[in-house]
Amino acid sequence: MRLIASIFAALITMIPLQGFAGNSSTDEIAKYRQLLADGNPAELWEMRGEELWKKKIGPQSVSLEQCDLGKGPGVVKGAYVELPRYFKDVNKVMDLEQRLIHCRITLQKLTPEQAAAVPFGSTGNPSDIEALVAYITAASRGMKIAVSTTHPKEQAAYELGKRFFFYRAGAHDFACATCHSKDKQRIRLQELPNLLNRTDAQNTYSTWPAYRVSQGEVRSMQHRLSDCMRQQRFPEPRYASDTITALIMFMAKNAEGGVYDAPALKR
Amino acid sequence: MKIILSAIAISLFVTGCATAAMQTDTGKMLVARLEEDFSSKGPATMERMLNQDEVQKACSAYPLDMPDEQMEALQASQLKTVKYPADGNYLGVWKEGEKIAQNGRGMQSSDQVKGTNGGNCYACHQLAKEEISFGNIGPSLYRYGKLKGDGEAVVKYTWAKIYNSQAFTACSNMPRFGHSEILTEKQIKDVMALLFDKNSPVNQ
Repeated sequence: MRLIASIFAALITMIPLQGFAGNSSTDEIAKYRQLLADGNPAELWEMRGEELWKKKIGPQSVSLEQCDLGKGPGVVKGAYVELPRYFKDVNKVMDLEQRLIHCRITLQKLTPEQAAAVPFGSTGNPSDIEALVAYITAASRGMKIAVSTTHPKEQAAYELGKRFFFYRAGAHDFACATCHSKDKQRIRLQELPNLLNRTDAQNTYSTWPAYRVSQGEVRSMQHRLSDCMRQQRFPEPRYASDTITALIMFMAKNAEGGVYDAPALKR
Repeated sequence: MKIILSAIAISLFVTGCATAAMQTDTGKMLVARLEEDFSSKGPATMERMLNQDEVQKACSAYPLDMPDEQMEALQASQLKTVKYPADGNYLGVWKEGEKIAQNGRGMQSSDQVKGTNGGNCYACHQLAKEEISFGNIGPSLYRYGKLKGDGEAVVKYTWAKIYNSQAFTACSNMPRFGHSEILTEKQIKDVMALLFDKNSPVNQ
């Protein structure tokens, strides 16, 4: 474990950061990925997440091993590619992070504040949620994205997410669609996926969460979309909110059939 | 035959109503959700997210297929909002304009309230040739002044375009820098100089 960490550390220091400001940032990332070959620092998060999943905590000393992520209590494999989904026990659609919080409250008897504490980690203050997310998503690697919109609430979440995708507002009149509804667009040199184009949507959705080299953390979909909101000049979304879940539902449906390949590695 | 046709007409009408009603419902649900799920932070306020103006409302409802008449009506009403410089001077200092074009800060939840906003022109446009990190959402503006000249009509048009892009292209992706109070009148003059000044790197 420590050995792996130091190998990663050594590899990372070998990469001059200005490499990322080259002619095509995407090429540089591709080189970086190749250099790491089949390794990704996210693996450390996955391992920690597995430990946390099995660790007995809370007032009654319970693990998350009986958490139902949609495929039955304790089933982790393949759960993520079917999320967000409708959960009968709460009568609503939840994404992975909402469901994790739900399990931490109902199974482990944590308070809502404890259950959603530190959703996004920083140096010296790691996030248990990001680690759990890394572990759970990794267990869907190689499987096809297959969210359902057959339940009326799933359909409603999809429609709400779609509506939000096109919702223009704020000081700059931006919507998600402003940057993500045409092929081959760029902000500066950063290529922007067209989330209405199936291939782009699949490539994007199948590679989150990701270890972000620029942040040194594994970032979840909730984190990614919160940062989109900031750049869109929107106010701040509450963590694990239904609006963001609806947006994830819209993106996941557009990415249907894509082969899931995360936690990935990104700039 | 006639009966069948009217049956089809009725069913189409009903379906149409249902779809329109569903859309309105989803729209109302969305605003209610946003109200609950977001909170103001820094210069990014709930007011500006929830209270869409006519442009934001119409462009959200018709992201791809707004009827022509509605587009023209929007453009006409947005053109009326344009305030031209009171002193009749359209061009400021291009060096300042370049800084504004480079600066991507402003109005984000992570920015200062009442801080100095950038125009972030390079995010979407090519301008000076030396700057190779430019986006492609908007057209290249390299040699803008050189190609367009500096006649009164083009200078006034360009001012109005920066002030309120919706006056010429309904649902343009470009922010309304003057109308939405992102840039000050002085800052817009500086950006104008970046585009028109003969010494600006844009025109080399």
